[in-house]
Amino acid sequence: MLIDKKHIGMKVPPHSVHLTAWQLKWFAKATGEANPIYFDEAAAHKAGLPGVLAPPTFCFCMDMDKEQPFDYLETMGCDFSKMLHAEQSFVYHKPIYSGDTLDFDGQITDIYDKKNGALQFVVKDVKVRRQGELVCELRTVIVIRA
Amino acid sequence: MTVPNFDALSVGDEIPSLTTEPVSRLTLALYATGSGDHHPLHLDQDYVRSKGMPDVFAHGMLGMAYLGRQLTQWVPQEAIRSFGVRFTAITQIGERMVCTGKVVEKLEQGGEKCVRLELTCANEQGEAKHKADAVVALA
Repeated sequence: MLIDKKHIGMKVPPHSVHLTAWQLKWFAKATGEANPIYFDEAAAHKAGLPGVLAPPTFCFCMDMDKEQPFDYLETMGCDFSKMLHAEQSFVYHKPIYSGDTLDFDGQITDIYDKKNGALQFVVKDVKVRRQGELVCELRTVIVIRA
Repeated sequence: MTVPNFDALSVGDEIPSLTTEPVSRLTLALYATGSGDHHPLHLDQDYVRSKGMPDVFAHGMLGMAYLGRQLTQWVPQEAIRSFGVRFTAITQIGERMVCTGKVVEKLEQGGEKCVRLELTCANEQGEAKHKADAVVALA
């Protein structure tokens, strides 16, 4: 069944995330990061940073940090077991640090299919703000296989 | 860390590569903690087998994080203007990831001298898992 294109323009329920150094420490450990500005608060302060620096892909993790990260797919009636992450991109405006509280404001901006509907794509664009200031933009493309 | 010089770079130049440790079950457990993504496809072999697949596999965003590390080993993170990836294949347990990249365009963007990079995260046999591009501002 094709996803109804009426969902293009749908707002995703907004959420906010407070970023802790604890989580960045585990992310650095998982990804083999050796530069202490990405996991050690004291080293980050020594480097003149206000907190531990969130690495380039970390905004995605915070965007997913909600009770139902794929609530928008549920609204569209998609089968979760057939979904895969197809593409992910970021546009950066300001660095993000531990201690920041960020607001995530997302919208479905496209729905299209390929191979006569065998692959359906849902595009979600998210603006991330800190106290009203735009810090990062994310685009997530999910593919749903027939 | 010094920012590479724009004039000294040419289209086709490679940036330093990054080779990871083999992806293990522990890597995926750590990534689940760090990322908050505890999807059973990456952690629970019983669940994965019940879905007809042989074994757990890596989070796609782990590979993108490796590509991000490759970038931030080359330039300070604040130089990265944009970064995007297409996930083209699944990364299996035991695979070591090799991240490579090259300059494909020199451009001015927003009044800044930038290079566009094409990046690939592949296994040691050269099977591409993720294809990415990034725009980086240079001095």
